[in-house]
Amino acid sequence: MTPAIQLNGIVKTYTRGIQKVEVLHGLSLDIEAGEFVAIMGPSGSGKTTLLNLIAGLDTPSSGQVVVAGDRIDQLSSGELPAWRARHIGFVFQFYNLLPVLTAGRNVEVPLLLTQLTSAQRRQRVAAALQLVGLADRAEHKPNELSGGQQQRVSIARALVADPALFVCDEPTGDLDRESAEGILQLLQMLSRDRGKTIVMVTHDPLAANHATRQVHMDKGRLVDNVWRAE
Amino acid sequence: MKYLILVWAGLWRKRTRTILTTLSIVVAFLLFGLLQGINQGMNNVYRSLNVDRLYVQSRISMSDGLPIAYLKRIKSVPGVRAVTHWSYFGGFYQNAQNSLPVFAIDAATQFAVYPKIAIPNDQIEAMQHTRTGAVISNEIAAKYGWKIGDKIPLQTSIWTKKDGGDAYPVDVVGIMDVSAYNAGSFPAFYVNYEYLDEARAFGNGSVLYYIASIDDPHRGSETATAIDTLFANSSDETMTQTEQAFAQSQIKQVGDINLIANSIVGAVLFTLLFLTGNTMRQSVRERIPELAVLKTLGFSNSKVLTLIVLEAVILCLVAALTGLGLARMAFGFMGTLFGALSPPMLVIEAGVGIAILLALVSGIPPAWRSTRINIVDALAGR
Repeated sequence: MTPAIQLNGIVKTYTRGIQKVEVLHGLSLDIEAGEFVAIMGPSGSGKTTLLNLIAGLDTPSSGQVVVAGDRIDQLSSGELPAWRARHIGFVFQFYNLLPVLTAGRNVEVPLLLTQLTSAQRRQRVAAALQLVGLADRAEHKPNELSGGQQQRVSIARALVADPALFVCDEPTGDLDRESAEGILQLLQMLSRDRGKTIVMVTHDPLAANHATRQVHMDKGRLVDNVWRAE
Repeated sequence: MKYLILVWAGLWRKRTRTILTTLSIVVAFLLFGLLQGINQGMNNVYRSLNVDRLYVQSRISMSDGLPIAYLKRIKSVPGVRAVTHWSYFGGFYQNAQNSLPVFAIDAATQFAVYPKIAIPNDQIEAMQHTRTGAVISNEIAAKYGWKIGDKIPLQTSIWTKKDGGDAYPVDVVGIMDVSAYNAGSFPAFYVNYEYLDEARAFGNGSVLYYIASIDDPHRGSETATAIDTLFANSSDETMTQTEQAFAQSQIKQVGDINLIANSIVGAVLFTLLFLTGNTMRQSVRERIPELAVLKTLGFSNSKVLTLIVLEAVILCLVAALTGLGLARMAFGFMGTLFGALSPPMLVIEAGVGIAILLALVSGIPPAWRSTRINIVDALAGR
């Protein structure tokens, strides 16, 4: 079976002023389709950099990044946005919803990039909100929703265009335990029932326990790879 | 169209700022519409004025007047069809607040030079045969409730009589319609020149200016030169110009309306450029994380740039059209002041063009900057 994500000898170097800082040192990792992977590690270990490379938000200094069959390290900056729109659903720590738009309109945003008609978009938005349990909150603005609800809207926005891969950066980092549990169960459901590949960066061991695999990083290297027993 | 929701979201993110900016643009374009409208309206009036009439006035100053003896000599110039003369009377009724546009005229020639004045022939004849006769416009007649046969105790603020008085009682012998000569400034109350000239204590034998109608408008300049040559090196040299040029020089005595209007509008639009530019710049700067999210979700740089420029265009265009619409409405009221003035479409079209230009100039720099946003840095709050 071809992995959904293949990272081969990834090196990432940032230039800060005159200093060059290498944050990933020849990292290799395969993730199968439908896996729910939690990336853990201390601050500065390179978790978010890795996530950004997988999501096509950043490019490696060297090495290969293959996601959904595409060598995204070879895609141009003009090609990457369209690629992301087709393949990736994003979930951020602070939800990053557009404050002026209603929940429904926020969920609709990725669909604006498709050829769907207005009616088809509305249908998809309703289905996505239904899936995250917020069908009755479509007309609410973000500031009228709790943190947990906002993150659910954010997940609905991520899944509305039906991407195969979800990248989640600390999705429960700003939530109370109860809300966090709800979000993690939702992500589990997407992986288990819908076959979505989920890569989640987290500091929280309890959150990581919901994943099928935990990848531990330290100082820009993979240090551990733990599969959860079913 | 589907992206309008994002444009709307961008505009409405800071409601108060958007409303205040919109109001500023509305006021600026209201001013633009009014001033340019007046300007264009004046130009339209000039263009509608006749070029087959020449105005002959004193070369030194219009208020100096010219001898009445010039009448026959001007008429003798080749190309001149008819000549009449006007003398400002400075009339008022009962008190100086009720000023009237009274001119002392020559009834025998006045209506030949101004054939579009609607008045029955018998009333013209009555004016010629009645020394104290007066012909008034139907508007003045309606305003004061005057009719033919009424005696009006007309007074003057200029022409003191030989007996020291200032009253020139006149008898209404005709009522005319002068609307064909528009602009609201056309003399609408005539008294006989002889009546004034015989009674006044000074300025006898002079008129304010002559109006000559000519056969061929294309030879207006030659005819004007011929008239001025006729009186060259005399004690009362003349300056002859077309009715159009004459009206423009009259207005320029008040000030160069064109220059004033353009200067004010230029200053306002220049200031507006900074205001709108600053609003757009601030708006984009505050939304960097949101724009980064859009780019993360798959919006290309060109799409983000288009969204921001569209915001600026909609903001400027809606506000400008509102301002121009208000200016158009205001012309309804101003029409009563300026006669046949109307807001030309050219002003509206120019306003829309300026609004779009303003939007592009103020919107493109911040929009361009948004394409430089580094998604990773913006999402990390750097």
